[in-house]
Amino acid sequence: MIIDHPLLGPRDSAEFTYMGDAKLIERPDWQSDTAAQDFYDYGYLRDNPAGWHEELWFHEAGDRSWLVVTRNTLTHEIAKVALATDVARSKGRSR
Amino acid sequence: MHNLSPTPALGGTSPRVDQFDHVTISENDNLALASIAARKGREQACQKQLKTLLGAVPAPGKAQLHDPEAGFWMGPEQWMIGAPLDSHELLAEQLQTQFGDTASVTEQTGAWVCFDVIGPAMPDICERLCAVPIRQMVAGDAQRTVIHQMGCFVIRRQDAEHLRILGPRSSAQSLHHALITTAQSFQAF
Repeated sequence: MIIDHPLLGPRDSAEFTYMGDAKLIERPDWQSDTAAQDFYDYGYLRDNPAGWHEELWFHEAGDRSWLVVTRNTLTHEIAKVALATDVARSKGRSR
Repeated sequence: MHNLSPTPALGGTSPRVDQFDHVTISENDNLALASIAARKGREQACQKQLKTLLGAVPAPGKAQLHDPEAGFWMGPEQWMIGAPLDSHELLAEQLQTQFGDTASVTEQTGAWVCFDVIGPAMPDICERLCAVPIRQMVAGDAQRTVIHQMGCFVIRRQDAEHLRILGPRSSAQSLHHALITTAQSFQAF
C-alpha cells in the first residue's frame, strides 16, 4: 500500500503507523452537560465500516506528521490524504 | 579540576574511518546540531529568521547547504540546523538568541551520530540500507528514513558521491555495523 503524503509524495505504508479512527480528532467538550456520556462514546465506540473509512496515520519513519487517510477497507484503495492539522483546523480547532 | 575530553560516538580518541574499495565510511564528530520548531502563530517570523540564517527556508524533503550553518527540513514547521562543532559549540544558544520567541530551539549535538559515506559505490550501499530513491535524489535532498529499524536522516551532499547519514547516537555501533556490513557485502561482488 502506498500513501501519497501531502508534503513528501508517495511513501510506502511500512513507514507509517496506524493510529485509529480519524474521529479521535473530535474530542468532546469536557464542560458539556453530557460530557460523561460523550467521553464514553469517544473513548470506546467506533464504527467498523466495510468500505470508506477516515483513519489517522502517523509518519513514524518520516517527517512525524499525522495524516488523515481516507481508505477503502475492502480494497485498500486510498482516495484522499490530508495533514491532520489541516483537517482539525478546518473543523474549527486551534491546532 | 577534571580533565575530560569528549569522545566520538564510537569511542576511541579519534573518529573512526573505514576504507573499502569503492567507498569510505567515516564518522564525523565535528558537527554541532540544534533543532528549530516554529511556535504557533509565529511561523512567518520564524521562517524569516531561517532565511536570514541560511539564505533560504528548506522546503519539505530538502536541505539548504550553506556555510557555516546548514539546515534541513524535518517536519512541518521543524528544521535541523548543523554547523562545525569547532566554531559553533554553543549553536543552540546562538540560535535561541537569534530566533527569540519565534521558535523553540533544542540542542541536538549529543543525540546524533554522523557518518559520511563517500565513493562511487555510495548509491549501491544506500539502496541496500534504506528505502529512499537515492538515484533520483539530487544534491540538497534530505529524507528521514529507517536503516535497520533505526530512524535516520539521509542527506545527499554537493559532491555526487557523498551521502551524509545522521542516526541515533545511542545506537551508533548498530548503525556503524549496518553500514560496514553493507559496504563489505557490496565489495564481495
